[in-house]
Amino acid sequence: MKIFTDPLAKNNPITVQVLGICSCLAVTAQLKPALVMAISVTVVVALSNLIISLMRNTIPPRIRIIVQLVVVSALVILVNQVLMAFVYDVSKQLSVYVGLIITNCIVMGRLEAFAMSRKPLESFLDGVGNGLGYGIILVIIGAFREIFGSGSIWGYPIMEKLGLYQIGYENNGLVIMAPMALILVGIIIWIQRTKDKDLQEN
Amino acid sequence: MEYLNIFIKSIFIDNMIFAFFLGMCSYLAVSKTVKTSAGLGIAVTFVLLITVPVNYLLNKYVLQAGALAWIGESFATVDLSFLSLIMFIAVIAAIVQIVEMVVEKFSPSLYNSLGIFLPLIAVNCAVMGGSLFMQQRDYANIGEVISFSLGSGIGWFLAIVGIAAIREKLRYSHIPPALKGVGITFIITGLMGLAFMSFMGIKL
Repeated sequence: MKIFTDPLAKNNPITVQVLGICSCLAVTAQLKPALVMAISVTVVVALSNLIISLMRNTIPPRIRIIVQLVVVSALVILVNQVLMAFVYDVSKQLSVYVGLIITNCIVMGRLEAFAMSRKPLESFLDGVGNGLGYGIILVIIGAFREIFGSGSIWGYPIMEKLGLYQIGYENNGLVIMAPMALILVGIIIWIQRTKDKDLQEN
Repeated sequence: MEYLNIFIKSIFIDNMIFAFFLGMCSYLAVSKTVKTSAGLGIAVTFVLLITVPVNYLLNKYVLQAGALAWIGESFATVDLSFLSLIMFIAVIAAIVQIVEMVVEKFSPSLYNSLGIFLPLIAVNCAVMGGSLFMQQRDYANIGEVISFSLGSGIGWFLAIVGIAAIREKLRYSHIPPALKGVGITFIITGLMGLAFMSFMGIKL
């Protein structure tokens, strides 16, 4: 159970392990692509952890990176085809970042650090946990950027319905820009480390 | 002129780190000192410069829809583009391995300074991202692809050396303890990204 819950907060892949930042920042301008990305990454991490863990005793250590890459890229191709078939517009929005799940450090990092030395069920749970931990951060940032950047949530124009534009409210264009995502992650890390003093660096 | 335009554009406007966040993991992990980050920056530039043109040729003559037409009429309808992810990563991993062996053989001093970074580069998102952007943007010929890959590499190099220089100085400043290390690095990268946004709209 601890394997599953740790990555959600105390050992979060983004804020603590600092893995998989690229996609986390690039796809979060809106909530929907962020959620789709979170689900895709969870599926890939969990399944690749499971498969590599099943094969761990037969993989020669010298070529393990290639074996891992092949397993991961096969899974990513599957995910990519599914996304293109069922949610084509989101898959267009995510563009190259679906392909980049292959080189997402969360996947490789968990394979190296966990799945190569643990039993299949534990590895699978670890994969799901890490995927969800990644997903939580993605959804938080995605929701924040969509509400304050485009004044809507899940495509629903919430700010307009509340009538805030009449009293002089304006969308903050900076929030949808790339640099703001970095600053937001910085702030999330700041809040988390203020609460949890063990995580602070010297 | 077109080459120069793509080159400048991929360094400053479409910067790998500030505009697309590619290669953030090694960017955050290795940017503690200027010397090592310059080494990694050169290695990434080098690998990008080799892998992206190779993947371009692979994409153009093997993977694209109708790309196999040069073999014979019956292959003209084959579309292998769904295989591109696995082919690109295989090419990158193989080339990184070859580069590592060649550098080790011919320039041991360069190998000692780059050595530890080379295996890391195979899973650097900036390298894979370079190939995927090349495929997506549909460059017209190999000259454009080379100037794009060189420009992206140099942009990445500039970004990591810049942040490393700032982090070296940051060590002596008073930062709230919870923000030290990764937190402040994120915020500073954001601010550098804002500065780089001022290059937007430049056209040669």
